[in-house]
Amino acid sequence: MATRTQERRLAFLATALPPIVWVVVFFLAPLAIVWAYSFGQNVSLTEVDISGTFANYARALEPLYLGIFAKSIFVAGITTLLCLIVGFPVALAIVFASERWRPWMLMLIMLPFWTNLLIRTYALIAVLRTEGYANFTLEWLWNQGSWLMTLVGLQPLGEFTPLQMLYNNFAVVVGLVYVHLPFMVLPLYAALDRLDKSLIEASLDLGAGQLRTLYSIVVPLALPGIISGIIITFVPALGAYLTPDLLGGPDSQMIANVIERQFKRANDWPFGAALSFLLMYATFGAIAMRAYFSRGKPADGHGI
Amino acid sequence: MTGHAKALRTSRRSILKGLGAAAIGISLTGTKRSAWAAEEPKLNFYNWDTYIGETTLEDFTEASGIDVNMSLFATNDELFAKLRAGNPGYDVIVPGSEFVERMIQADLLEPLDHAKIPNIKNISPEFMTDAPFDPGRKYSLPYTWLVIGVGYRKSKVKEVPNSWKWLFNSDAYAGRIAVMSDASELFRNCFKYLGQSLNDASPELLKQAEEMLTKQKPNIKAFHEDNGQDLLLSGEVDVVMEYNGDIAQIMKEDDDIDFVVPQEGAMRQQDTLAIPKGAPHPENALKFINFIFEPETGKGITETILYPSPNAAAVALMPEAYRDNKVIFPPADVMAKCEYPNYLGPEFSRLLDEAMTRLRAS
Repeated sequence: MATRTQERRLAFLATALPPIVWVVVFFLAPLAIVWAYSFGQNVSLTEVDISGTFANYARALEPLYLGIFAKSIFVAGITTLLCLIVGFPVALAIVFASERWRPWMLMLIMLPFWTNLLIRTYALIAVLRTEGYANFTLEWLWNQGSWLMTLVGLQPLGEFTPLQMLYNNFAVVVGLVYVHLPFMVLPLYAALDRLDKSLIEASLDLGAGQLRTLYSIVVPLALPGIISGIIITFVPALGAYLTPDLLGGPDSQMIANVIERQFKRANDWPFGAALSFLLMYATFGAIAMRAYFSRGKPADGHGI
Repeated sequence: MTGHAKALRTSRRSILKGLGAAAIGISLTGTKRSAWAAEEPKLNFYNWDTYIGETTLEDFTEASGIDVNMSLFATNDELFAKLRAGNPGYDVIVPGSEFVERMIQADLLEPLDHAKIPNIKNISPEFMTDAPFDPGRKYSLPYTWLVIGVGYRKSKVKEVPNSWKWLFNSDAYAGRIAVMSDASELFRNCFKYLGQSLNDASPELLKQAEEMLTKQKPNIKAFHEDNGQDLLLSGEVDVVMEYNGDIAQIMKEDDDIDFVVPQEGAMRQQDTLAIPKGAPHPENALKFINFIFEPETGKGITETILYPSPNAAAVALMPEAYRDNKVIFPPADVMAKCEYPNYLGPEFSRLLDEAMTRLRAS
């Protein structure tokens, strides 16, 4: 009896140890160091004295930085909402696609991950810029329209003015949605795929319309997946810095850009650490909210 | 059992070591031998991207038998951040002049033994004397030099934009302007426009510059991450704040583009060669630096990167088209008004960064 428990404990240790070591060495320890930095101050160009000061947090809570936090949360929120609006029908389409097509459609969703984020962002620059592919296409359509109008004897359209689609907040949101869409589609797909299709049939048989079925049956049952999707889209979007850097305009500064500058140009690691941890607390808040929402509901929503 | 556990531990340690080496992209085999005796024939060179001649590294290996392992960094900040926690194994680095001063203060650089770099004689003398960031050039030698100015599309401007006014204080090119996103480069060139030295570290002057730029911000299309030449080349903007070497590179592709150093003067910089403290192969590093200043090597590098070279012997070998290029070598009278930036201390760095954050958030 005792030996069996011991054996089990040993087996547990053997399997649990590598991940625990991994988490401690590569996650908790670095995080603890950054956390300690956030209570420190620069004493020279290369040294930080952990003095237990709260000055960095006080500075991080100044209106200037709170405003940037608010703006980042807003941009990440819009991104998440758009991802949900675009991603939900996509996930639904994959779930209801035939067995033959489904793996291919899933692969198309995951395909962008095979390319580096930086390269995808540069590709987006080539599409969105003044002399980019989007504007070339629009110009072509414009000229065709113009030609058609002269054909039917109307005045031709005026000169085509390219749309300004790059270097503004619009471009940042487009870039973030483009990058984060798979994060939304995959958990939605997982949730919708588990959904019992006979419930939908029952709903339709009993006289509910398509939309009514969607809102009363599909969405509530897929809610855990929707919330997971929202969180894993919102959290990385909140910390995005490459996209606003490369696609953003003069005012597209997000909090991660400020944090990056503290660790690089400004050489102020303690302040950067404090800002990072404020961002982490916001993230923890989001996850806590997810726990709160899923509390009291059975995990398997489609139970009996 | 014990034997097994031991084997496991060793292998994990070697995995960790492997990960570390992979993370910094260089190999560190056998570093702990007495460095000054016989060094293994290896050299770890930490350089900017597209910043060396096409065959320079192979030529050096052929001449000396030393293998060069080059890895790349993208900004001086990245270089500084890597080294401040201890040299991860680099032998030769290419810091900008402002960072040379910071690194000397932070005790991150090894003094250079000039006696072992006889090719110093090929460097234009003014670069050896005029270097406020490293007096006497004890720690760094000039690799290239560069100056910030205005790159512009000739067919889209009414006159040559030879003043900072067109970028910082005018709506003549509204929506077609891009400036640098680096706080030091942006604000300190504003100081020049305001008639002051760019080493004037007064908060009042900074405030004045910030107010001017906040007013100008609606006219600015982008704060670029040192890719201003791409914005100009793709027609995204018509006037851009950028380094002369970067504009010279795209002028080969588009002859509607030109560059001018504003009459008020501007920030100039040097990229330098230096040996970081704790370099595993310091003797090889000196040999490599000496090789870079060979006239033929300098010519090969310059032909590729097209930056102004301080290597007078190499410039003499270059064609006239390079030597007389007004973009690569701006006129002496305007260069006389340009200054090297000093490192202005942590307090001013913080003020600069806050001003930049406010400007971007406004």
